[in-house]
Amino acid sequence: MFDLTIRKRQESLGWTAVLIYSGAVAMALLFSAGLLFFQGNSPIEGLSLLLEGAFGSSYAIEDCLIKAIPIYLCALGVAIAFKLQIWNIGAEGQFALGAIGATWVAITFPGHSSWVMIPSMMAAAFLCGGLWGVIPAVLKLKANANEIIVTLMLNYIAILILDYLVYGPWKSPDSFGFPMTQEFSSGAIIGKIGETNLNWGLLICLISGLVIYIFFKFTVMGFELKASGENVRAARYARFPYGRLVIISMLLSGAFAGWAGFVEASATLNRLQPTIMVGYGYTAIVVAWLARLNPFYIGISSFLLAGLRVGVENLQLELQVPAAFGEIMEGLILLTILAGTFFINYRFVRRPRP
Amino acid sequence: MTPDILIPLLAATVQSGTPILFATLGAIFCEKSGVLNLGVEGIMAVGALAGFAVSYYTGSVWFGFLAGGLAGMLMGGVHGVVCLGFLGNQVVSGLALTILGVGLANYLGTPLIGLSASGFVPVDLPLLARIPFLGPIFFQQDPLVYVSYGVPVGMWYFFKYTRAGLRLRAAGENPDAALAAGIHSVNYRWLGVLCGGFFMGLGGAYLSLAYTHMWANHLTSGRGWIAVALVIFAFWNPLRAVAGAYLFGGVMAFQFRLQASGTHIPSSFLLMLPYVLTLSVLVFSSWKGGSSATPQALGVNIEPAD
Repeated sequence: MFDLTIRKRQESLGWTAVLIYSGAVAMALLFSAGLLFFQGNSPIEGLSLLLEGAFGSSYAIEDCLIKAIPIYLCALGVAIAFKLQIWNIGAEGQFALGAIGATWVAITFPGHSSWVMIPSMMAAAFLCGGLWGVIPAVLKLKANANEIIVTLMLNYIAILILDYLVYGPWKSPDSFGFPMTQEFSSGAIIGKIGETNLNWGLLICLISGLVIYIFFKFTVMGFELKASGENVRAARYARFPYGRLVIISMLLSGAFAGWAGFVEASATLNRLQPTIMVGYGYTAIVVAWLARLNPFYIGISSFLLAGLRVGVENLQLELQVPAAFGEIMEGLILLTILAGTFFINYRFVRRPRP
Repeated sequence: MTPDILIPLLAATVQSGTPILFATLGAIFCEKSGVLNLGVEGIMAVGALAGFAVSYYTGSVWFGFLAGGLAGMLMGGVHGVVCLGFLGNQVVSGLALTILGVGLANYLGTPLIGLSASGFVPVDLPLLARIPFLGPIFFQQDPLVYVSYGVPVGMWYFFKYTRAGLRLRAAGENPDAALAAGIHSVNYRWLGVLCGGFFMGLGGAYLSLAYTHMWANHLTSGRGWIAVALVIFAFWNPLRAVAGAYLFGGVMAFQFRLQASGTHIPSSFLLMLPYVLTLSVLVFSSWKGGSSATPQALGVNIEPAD
């Protein structure tokens, strides 16, 4: 007789890993199909409507790309903090603050050309989002406060600040009572790329991704950050400036989420209103984790999860499936991938029973 | 403040503190066994929905309450499968559970929005309810509040005086040493995850069955996360959790009354109060050295021996 025992896997798996992850996603799809069935819909019809809605037409793919832009920026930020093992769950709030900062510039100094407006809005979004990210970093370093809870509370607070502004002092006089600011002047709006519906936020994503890739691959600080994330104690022995690394990674993390907020306010809505908060900051956590914090993979996974959102919109339209279906699928995919990772890290060994 | 303002306010404090108390106790129970469960928010949401739905369809509030707990236990079981079975990262699994749980509750609850089910109503406890001042605050509540008085004491006793409680704590402090002493820590962690989930689910069920008597999307609105923070405030002690939960209940009741009184303070700022308070409480208790009470193996999976 044999006993099965579990051992850590020493070798890397290559293509088998892809197979394992595909199996995990298939499991998540199976559960989701079950939920559709529970609601009295045909699961096959549902899933094909989802795929068709997301990737079935050039218009849909364009829509996916547009939604992928803020998700990518948030996820890139999240990944920088996660690299250092700082659990920044606050992209949602940093996104809100970035949108607030950019909006402040746009409605306070209207009428300038875009060569002045866009850079100053980006700077404001960078600062506001970044500083909102630095708060939990400081509290972690000075008071040892758990950054997960702090960033989450700051999310709730940021959204309420946004609400206060658009319901109160920033409410446009000609919005018929709706909570929204006035429309941005044309200089404050990021333009579209050529004949497409895509905006130049895509370029911000590409450059940011490249910069972060280079930062981690070729700079000393990038190396220190990565190494400290893998082993804090060793990093302290090596006299890496851990405190400074935490502050800088959270500043960048928040700043990228802030840029996402800027892109959404400027390019997608052309103003600030509460509907800007659709949970990109939380999706970004899923995206960053699925992509194993790699800027290129983040690109792929933010496109796929943006596709999930677009597909669910189609499901909502065709089968009246509640929007929360997308969240369920996000949660399920994350859980099954997490479970699947077990087979990548460990193997079963047969051992003769004594 | 005169008693006729203060007493209703304090009674409302107990009522709004109760769901947070259940959830905090669940989180403490889970974390004592060494498993960090950040899915409290999602588990509460599912518990709230299950409680409401079962009460709506069976007409029995107690079945509803129990169903909330069992649904929470099921969600806790998912966390157990991922973290204890497949050794997944506890932080990420908890976050996924929150996303999943809130999504599930909103998805399955859509047909129930706007309906009302029978909920718990206040019942005066004989004699005790007539104690001046304390009676109307503590003993003219709904039956679940009375249940919530017993749970912290029972949990405290369990940790301190029972063999199973000691072993569960050992699984959270040093699972390897526990194994050397012949204790299978994984089993106790399962106990922690499942019972913890049960209490979190009860907290959710309280919200829909006794607090609002109806179903709405995002009913939990961050209470699960407040509970996660309160665990640190309570230094993982079930009795201290009572103080923390009522502190938050107080702020919520106060905020609600202030809003109803038509104050000029913008409602956004009033709604911010519980979250700002959570932050301050967390920073204060972490700074005071709350981490020394942290179960030493919290969040660390039991790796197979090489």
